[in-house]
Amino acid sequence: MRHLLTTDGLDLADATAVLDTADELKRTLLGREVRKLPTLRGRTVITMFYESSTRTRVSFELAGKWMSADVVNVSAGGSSVGKGESLRDTALTLAAAGADCVIVRHPASGAAHRLAGWLAEAGTSVVNAGDGTHQHPTQALLDAATLRERLGDLAGRRIAIVGDVLHSRVARSNVHLLATLGAEVVLVAPPTLLPAGVAGWPVTVSHELDAELPAVDAVMMLRVQAERMHGSYFPSAREYSISYGLSEARLRLLPEHAVVLHPGPMLRGMEIASAVADAPQAAITEQVRNGVHVRMAVLYHLLAGEEEGRGS
Amino acid sequence: MAPRPRGAAEPAAERELLSAGDVARTIARMAHQVIEKTALGAGPDAPPVLLGIPTRGTPLATRLGVRIGEFSGIAVPTGALDVTLYRDDLRRRPTRPLEQTQVPEGGIDDRVVVLVDDVLYSGRTIRAALDALRDHGRPRSVQLAVLVDRGHRELPIRADYVGKNVPTSRSEDVSVLLTEVDGRDAVLLRETGEQRR
Repeated sequence: MRHLLTTDGLDLADATAVLDTADELKRTLLGREVRKLPTLRGRTVITMFYESSTRTRVSFELAGKWMSADVVNVSAGGSSVGKGESLRDTALTLAAAGADCVIVRHPASGAAHRLAGWLAEAGTSVVNAGDGTHQHPTQALLDAATLRERLGDLAGRRIAIVGDVLHSRVARSNVHLLATLGAEVVLVAPPTLLPAGVAGWPVTVSHELDAELPAVDAVMMLRVQAERMHGSYFPSAREYSISYGLSEARLRLLPEHAVVLHPGPMLRGMEIASAVADAPQAAITEQVRNGVHVRMAVLYHLLAGEEEGRGS
Repeated sequence: MAPRPRGAAEPAAERELLSAGDVARTIARMAHQVIEKTALGAGPDAPPVLLGIPTRGTPLATRLGVRIGEFSGIAVPTGALDVTLYRDDLRRRPTRPLEQTQVPEGGIDDRVVVLVDDVLYSGRTIRAALDALRDHGRPRSVQLAVLVDRGHRELPIRADYVGKNVPTSRSEDVSVLLTEVDGRDAVLLRETGEQRR
């Protein structure tokens, strides 16, 4: 692996390798006094966040630091970005400064792809930490890691992704990864919050949450992304919540073994009831915990091995 | 098919250094040596902890532990210690998958730890294992048991228990086969023709 830009191009072998590595890292670090591995000593990882984020940025930073890489954080405010420097120039500057890996979050879909093209010559790896409404591959990997922990092998499992699919890079990344891992995905959303191209995705589509819940092994709730909504996609927050929110009554419709996921940040009372978010079925804090191990695994696969195709 | 010219011989000339029976006897002998050297059962000290280095060190540690239990009547905890994340040659090879690490309950603090591996060669794996151990605790002492010592050390490391010393050249390859991993027990010496490092 050279870059991690989408889950689309990730084949079963690569995806499984990353998930297995994450699993082993988690087990090997469990209960240790010193949570530090020397594996990436001397490698430099730079995070570039052009959008606000708590968990993803912290998670990548911890992942790098626990593997002994030097981690530098660049945010749009407080850097030359504020002075009008383009994404390309900022990236080339960071690569010239010695970055082995650039982790980027950007509001424009496709930003990570462009970056990977610009940095090809410098030999810098690029990890997409979320680009617009396109992809967020490490989120999908940590969701899969969490599901594997609770459910075992995901082949043949049925997973509902519920809510604002249209604006969700988490949903796009999950659809492809879960399909690769052999799971059946059903998207549950009002027609206004489904993208136009959904017919070409490896999923089934439903508008009735109550009808789907009894048959799923996991339900992934998506945040309603008010910041990306410039139009009326549903009549009111209350109506959305009544039709597509995971309430306590709906939790009872789920099979006993079912898992509830949410990529965070959660809007309690909107897409997920507060009591549901804290219920034993919810694996939301496990998702965050697994996030660090999954990102360590990604950095390991990108940076630890022999540099393919670049003279070392 | 034309007869093969003499000297070109089989593409991979292979010699059996230890048979399945030899492997079993060697492990039994090493078990007695561990019992003697660690004075197992003689004092109030906790028994040693055996940690195998994957892949083949892990089943070797298990077998050694079983034999020690049989001969001394004292159960010794066994586990596995993956050293991949501590290797110094990670960037010279394609990414390696991680193997299992399983430190027995009770940990390794103030215990005698016996590292178990199949072949001792450059010593770099053991160097990595010593680093890995340090992150899991502080053993009272660390010993090393290997089924085969083939020489060519690149670091000041030696084994406390050696199943068999085999003088080799760098162009040879020593493979330990174990039933748990390979379906049968044997130790083979192969001529590879290339300088292995």
